[in-house]
Amino acid sequence: MIPELGNFALIVALLMALTQSILPLAGAARNIPSWMSVARPAARAQSLFVAIAFACLAYSFLSNDFSVINVTQHSYSRLPAVYRFTATWGSHEGSLLLWTLILGLWTFAVTLFSRHLPDDMVARVIGVMGLVSCGLLLFMLLTSNPFLRMPMAPDGSDLNPLLQDPGMVIHPPILYMGYVGFSVAFAFALAALISGKLDASWARWSRPWTTAAWSFLTLGIMMGSWWAYYELGWGGWWFWDPTENASLMPWLVGTALIHSLAVTEKRGSFKAWTVLLAIAAFSLSLLGTFLVRSGVLSSVHSFASDPARGLFILAFLAVVIGGSLLLFAFRANQVGLGGRFALVSRESFLMANNILLLTACGSVLLGTLYPLFIDALGLGKISVGPPYFNSVFVPLVLPLLFLVGVGPLARWKQASVPDLVSRLKWGFAASVVVALLLPFTMGAWKPMVAVGYLSALWIVVGVAINVQSRLRSGAGWSANFYGMNLAHLGVAVTVIGITMVSAYESERNVRMIVGDTITLQGYTFRFNGVKHIDGPNYTAERGALEVTRNGNPVTILYPEKRTYLASGMPFSDSAINYGFTRDLYTALGEPLDGGAWSVRLFHKPFVVWIWIGAVLMALGGVLAISDRRYRAALRKQGRAVA
Amino acid sequence: MRRWTTFLLVLWLPLSAMAGEARPVAEDPVLEQRMIALSEDLRCLVCQNESLAGSRADLAQDLRQEIREQMRAGKSDQEVIAYLTQRYGDFVLYKPPLKPLTWLLWFGPFVLLIGAAGGLYAYLKRRTSRLADDSLSEEEKKRVTDLLANNGNK
Amino acid sequence: MKRFLIPLGIFIVLVGFLAVGLKLDPREVPSPLIGKSAPDFNLPLLSDPARHLSPADLRGKVWLFNVWASWCTSCRQEHETLLEISRQGNLPIYGMDYKDQPADALAVLGSMGNPYVETVVDLDGRVGINYGVYGVPESYLIDKNGIIRFKFTGPLSREGFDKKILPLVKELQK
Repeated sequence: MIPELGNFALIVALLMALTQSILPLAGAARNIPSWMSVARPAARAQSLFVAIAFACLAYSFLSNDFSVINVTQHSYSRLPAVYRFTATWGSHEGSLLLWTLILGLWTFAVTLFSRHLPDDMVARVIGVMGLVSCGLLLFMLLTSNPFLRMPMAPDGSDLNPLLQDPGMVIHPPILYMGYVGFSVAFAFALAALISGKLDASWARWSRPWTTAAWSFLTLGIMMGSWWAYYELGWGGWWFWDPTENASLMPWLVGTALIHSLAVTEKRGSFKAWTVLLAIAAFSLSLLGTFLVRSGVLSSVHSFASDPARGLFILAFLAVVIGGSLLLFAFRANQVGLGGRFALVSRESFLMANNILLLTACGSVLLGTLYPLFIDALGLGKISVGPPYFNSVFVPLVLPLLFLVGVGPLARWKQASVPDLVSRLKWGFAASVVVALLLPFTMGAWKPMVAVGYLSALWIVVGVAINVQSRLRSGAGWSANFYGMNLAHLGVAVTVIGITMVSAYESERNVRMIVGDTITLQGYTFRFNGVKHIDGPNYTAERGALEVTRNGNPVTILYPEKRTYLASGMPFSDSAINYGFTRDLYTALGEPLDGGAWSVRLFHKPFVVWIWIGAVLMALGGVLAISDRRYRAALRKQGRAVA
Repeated sequence: MRRWTTFLLVLWLPLSAMAGEARPVAEDPVLEQRMIALSEDLRCLVCQNESLAGSRADLAQDLRQEIREQMRAGKSDQEVIAYLTQRYGDFVLYKPPLKPLTWLLWFGPFVLLIGAAGGLYAYLKRRTSRLADDSLSEEEKKRVTDLLANNGNK
Repeated sequence: MKRFLIPLGIFIVLVGFLAVGLKLDPREVPSPLIGKSAPDFNLPLLSDPARHLSPADLRGKVWLFNVWASWCTSCRQEHETLLEISRQGNLPIYGMDYKDQPADALAVLGSMGNPYVETVVDLDGRVGINYGVYGVPESYLIDKNGIIRFKFTGPLSREGFDKKILPLVKELQK
């Protein structure tokens, strides 16, 4: 009964989404207020019915309804309740429903926080988002219905062990909040293109939404990276896997968009470019979904792939993205030029930032799709992997980091190079000296470490000078300003983490019997043997490693080697002692002869900085959204419209 | 399995007396390091998106063993790579070799960057001159009308 | 106006490639050995480990080299096809039992029928590596001069064989 209810809710949601898009868009075009006023209630009803469908699916999972194919394939009676809940989006169908649900949430948020906007703008924004919802709901109902049933199965075949993890409870929702959040900026851009009213107020409306989506995406990527670090068992934190690339590309373009929106809002310049970026950020989110779901690129993470579905998504992409780009081509030339600025100015720095970010995104796209291009042209099969991405990405990111340091100090309209030099020279000199000396304290001097430190310190210096001159000028609190600086500091923190762990991580792969010890970077690990344990849906051999430093106890780590009951899949669960300056990472390998086990141990200096930095970036975004300027401006406009 | 572990636990005390510094799993850690460094840039064929170094698949283990033996026999990294590409093609290489087919891949990003930077520069120059033209003429117009008005007053 | 069409143009090209990509199988790896001599081996026979077989023994014949194992479930899917091919008698099939227990392999042949003229045993998978085997079952078509002409990865189906391999066999046997 409940699955049928869910299915019915999806159909009602589709009807609501059709109403939400057709009436308001037509109403805005013909200036019929009664049609436009349908936008909000229809959008809210659409979100509500998608939420009901989602609740029905979650209920089927939680209640072990093995007559639903989706539940049988991705759950198991002995799976802990929390993972039965997360299994709701552990499948292709379920993750699409989550996508649609989150799109509903963003639409709902737009209906709440758009009171100050002109009616036709609201109608168009909500209408465009409704069109996207229509596509997704149709896709689900036609090719990937999560509620399909079959005769009751005795039990399920369990959720992929990789997904049975606390991180997977929040990682997909947060990541999707980011992906889907760009739909708001996209809808604003399209609404502006349709109406022809591309002005600074449009940029001001889009900015908080874009920053919010970007913050979610930053957090989502950070969680994905952390998850890969502790879950995949060999301590890497980024694998350049197509799935990861699919989330990185919208992030890079989203970052460019945030900066370009700043120019458009403050100076009225680069309007066409900003609109294009807003379209591109959401298009890349959709493209990411396509790449992962269609099976066009195989990936360790892509858990559902089906060419028939791929064809539908491709058609959907062609309509949504192709349509928007066509609209862009027709309307972009009507956009004015905006304010004047010199070749050396904040505007130019921000454009340089945009070019580097887009080139980086283009390289990731090129590397991800190049094997497909070659194959499609019948020229053979090649692989493009981490060595390519590292060698192309790093040279593009280094000048970008340089800009992060200097850009915010440049004045709008016209900046003076001598002024910038005089403000930054001592900071630059200090960064160079420290960057050259610091690696010595780590034992081995490596050029890449010096470069990494230089970039990070340079950013810190830039932020410090910027904050200091603001304080000295007596200007008051600006959430936007401090948010930006916090996010830039986050970049520096991440750079330090990446530099340190890539240059100085150490690893041992040893054979241990009970009582054996091994010392790694001053930490002594003593192997206390292996114990058999029974988990809820797995059995495991659990090793115990007692860690001491100079005879003082540090911790005991319990890495496990699990076998999942339903699937029989072996799985290695690592044990990590987190620390501010180093992680101790252990994983249990295979049992060897003579009662010994192979054990992998890693010492990873500063690795958590990578994720701390990402959290700072996201927090910077949150801080920037809280800026009163947006709300004050909104209120003013609200009054003007009233 | 469980009995075996209890057995281990019973033997724990006497065993610990014999225990000492753990030995590396690999017989030759230096060679192992070299093998891992090389196999990180190679693709595991069965698992598709993992490196040969990281994969636990059977074939990956065999290939790692093969690489180990070839390195022990004194083969260079290039020779090992040639051995693998003769059998599995360029598909095993995570770092595609530079040849006409991959020129776009390797040079594309930098061409894109130079092109975009050049395009931006040209655009900014054009933009400034266009803005300058517009505003100058407006200013001139204003001055002209002002002058005219003043003249009329006089 | 024209430069605003550039993004659309790029996108259309991208969609074209993705559409073609939907039809491609990213898991299939073409063999670089096509058109080259079949790598040599000298392996014991499954039926009689004292006797050995080498590709040189099969010179002058067009033959199908089928890599399989008793632990490989998709090999069961193609077993019937292989039996049919062997019954027709146009193309001799030689098997290679890849990384397997000979006793298990013999049991499979005993219960399901034996399509192979002979099966050689590759216990440690070394010969498999030389042939670029990455997913069993795999089949290689080898001509009279010992040159590999075609490779098929995955379970052979009757239609697949008739369409892709049989015409080539007839051509090579001329």
